[in-house]
Amino acid sequence: MTVTQLVFLLTGGVTLGAALMVVLSPRLVHAALWLILSLAGTAVLFVLLEAGFLAVVQVAIYIDAIAILIIIVIMLTRRVMIRGETQITRNWWLGALSALILFGGLLILLDMVPIIAIDTPPPIADADQLLEDLGRSLVDVDRFILPFEVASIMLLAALIGSIMIAWPLTTRAEGEGDQ
Amino acid sequence: MIPLSWYLVLAAGIFCVGLYGALARRNALAILMGIELMLNGVNLNLVAFWRYLTPNFITGQVFVLIVLAVAASEAAVGLALIISIYRRRSTVVAEEINMLKW
Amino acid sequence: MDQILSDPFGWFNHLLHSLLEGWGLSPGFISFALNLLGAFVMGLGVLFLTLFLIWAERKIIARIQDRLGPNRVGPFGILQTVADLVKLVTKELIVPVGADLGPYNLAPLLAVMSVVGLWAVIPLAPKLLGADINVGVLYVVSIGAISTLSIMLAGISSNNKYALLGAFRTVAQMVSYAVPMVLALIVPTLLAGSMGMVEIVEEQRSIWFLVIAPVAALIFFISSIAEVGRTPFDLLEAESELVAGFHIEYSGLRFGMFFVAEFLHAFTISALTTTLFLGGWQGPGAAEYPLLGLFYFGIKTALVYFVVIWVRGSFPRIRIDQMNQLNWKLITPLALVSLMVTAVVEKLVVEMGLIRIGVHLGANLLLLALTLWALRAYSRTVRRRVENPMSGLTQSAHQSLSGE
Repeated sequence: MTVTQLVFLLTGGVTLGAALMVVLSPRLVHAALWLILSLAGTAVLFVLLEAGFLAVVQVAIYIDAIAILIIIVIMLTRRVMIRGETQITRNWWLGALSALILFGGLLILLDMVPIIAIDTPPPIADADQLLEDLGRSLVDVDRFILPFEVASIMLLAALIGSIMIAWPLTTRAEGEGDQ
Repeated sequence: MIPLSWYLVLAAGIFCVGLYGALARRNALAILMGIELMLNGVNLNLVAFWRYLTPNFITGQVFVLIVLAVAASEAAVGLALIISIYRRRSTVVAEEINMLKW
Repeated sequence: MDQILSDPFGWFNHLLHSLLEGWGLSPGFISFALNLLGAFVMGLGVLFLTLFLIWAERKIIARIQDRLGPNRVGPFGILQTVADLVKLVTKELIVPVGADLGPYNLAPLLAVMSVVGLWAVIPLAPKLLGADINVGVLYVVSIGAISTLSIMLAGISSNNKYALLGAFRTVAQMVSYAVPMVLALIVPTLLAGSMGMVEIVEEQRSIWFLVIAPVAALIFFISSIAEVGRTPFDLLEAESELVAGFHIEYSGLRFGMFFVAEFLHAFTISALTTTLFLGGWQGPGAAEYPLLGLFYFGIKTALVYFVVIWVRGSFPRIRIDQMNQLNWKLITPLALVSLMVTAVVEKLVVEMGLIRIGVHLGANLLLLALTLWALRAYSRTVRRRVENPMSGLTQSAHQSLSGE
């Protein structure tokens, strides 16, 4: 058991355990915190897979933006949800059954593909060149500029759309100055 | 050292846990958190395949970046919708938002 | 002796290596243990530095405000912070009823962790660096925003309306000012061709980035001060408005951790501004003698920290709506335009040397002049509107408006 394997088992266990706690926590704020731990665990796994840029982007986007947004919305939509009502639907066993069946199916499917038994990853030719290549490929006309532009426009649409949807019910926004 | 299958099994596990969260929780925010877990599992899968099969082509990482962008915008719009629904119906429990049911 | 002067950190590393190897440990374990030791020493050193920083800040603020500052405990009051620390440690840890214990205890830890973690990527001297990652700038952004998370947790878990309000305002401010900070951070990345801090410092060998992109440096400085939450942006701890903001319910050492995190964050952004715009450890003779590089870095960071304290002592606090307008109507568009100007000039001017620097500087000064002119025109319209109120107002309101 090498050090890398130990680190992977530890990180993978933490990530999976945190994911389980997300779906089993009765209190939403705790679930959001476990989600943050799970996302951080995924970032560590990205570092293990030598995708350092993606790890930092994962922390910056998921933890610093999405998770904080989820926590803020949890605070804004708080009700007497904390006591009394359960957090689980009536037919939760159907959900658990389908998740287990899916997991089993995925395992069987993975078993049929022999290539996944690769033990050591092939070496990366030039690690520094990769990051520059990533930047270039996103704006290269022959490569990925189209998904990049479409994703930018989609983000713009999401930005404008969410502002319009979450506009307050009254016509005047709160906190306006005397302009 | 670490076989590819370990990463894939872990990603499948996270995906299935997220699926359970999206199916079995009543609060709309908890469902959203389950969806985020599913997208997380997918990202892990993509990066593992990139590293072990085509580490010299950057296509895998570009795929992950696009999935991240999609996840971010979907979370933003979803949360705006939840806030709007809460303002009008005073509830975020998914079962009680049923005006369109027959 | 020559090798000690030209590469002291490598020599020290080699010394420890051979010492541990003499004890019979494997080389893999030795490098792991030495890395751990280095991280430990850096974290501890940075935290001890905070004691000195708090004393320096109190003295300088006092002098700006025409008083003496701490001068009883120890020579020149230098042990004042130690006395404060002892007082904080011996205070009773009061936990409010109904507080969520998990996030409540986690928030101060996250606040300190996010700030100490920033020091891992700042190059202190030519070979003295925590981790040489090639995405250092993005790492700074992501780790710096964990402090936002800690403030949110502190506000939520305190079971207190004022803490929640303070936390909301703080998070709104920090998230808003992260946008121009990131945009201003792209400019040194553009000029250096890499996101790694080491490359950025080495590209400033000939000329500092402050001369090439002063607008970006100014925007980064202002938005960093807003990120930390210092005056003039310290409505987070507006004692007259919100009691104490998000850390009302924290007492004793937990409050001490927030306190330390804030002061250390101010010093850390001074170090970041130095690294990105003032050349880091660059200086005459620093490339051959790394200790000289460390000295230059210390001097430059202390200078920027002095400016931060100076700003604190000179400006009044701004309101939350003024802060929002300042950010979204002035600083973010200015950051975008300065980024575009830098990118366009960098592409058009192909010669290196003085012509490139001159064109960059000229474009930036032109941008600043245009901004000031636009601000003057805007203030003239606002003043005209205030002096001639709308006809819908009553006579008394008209009198009260023109009377003030």
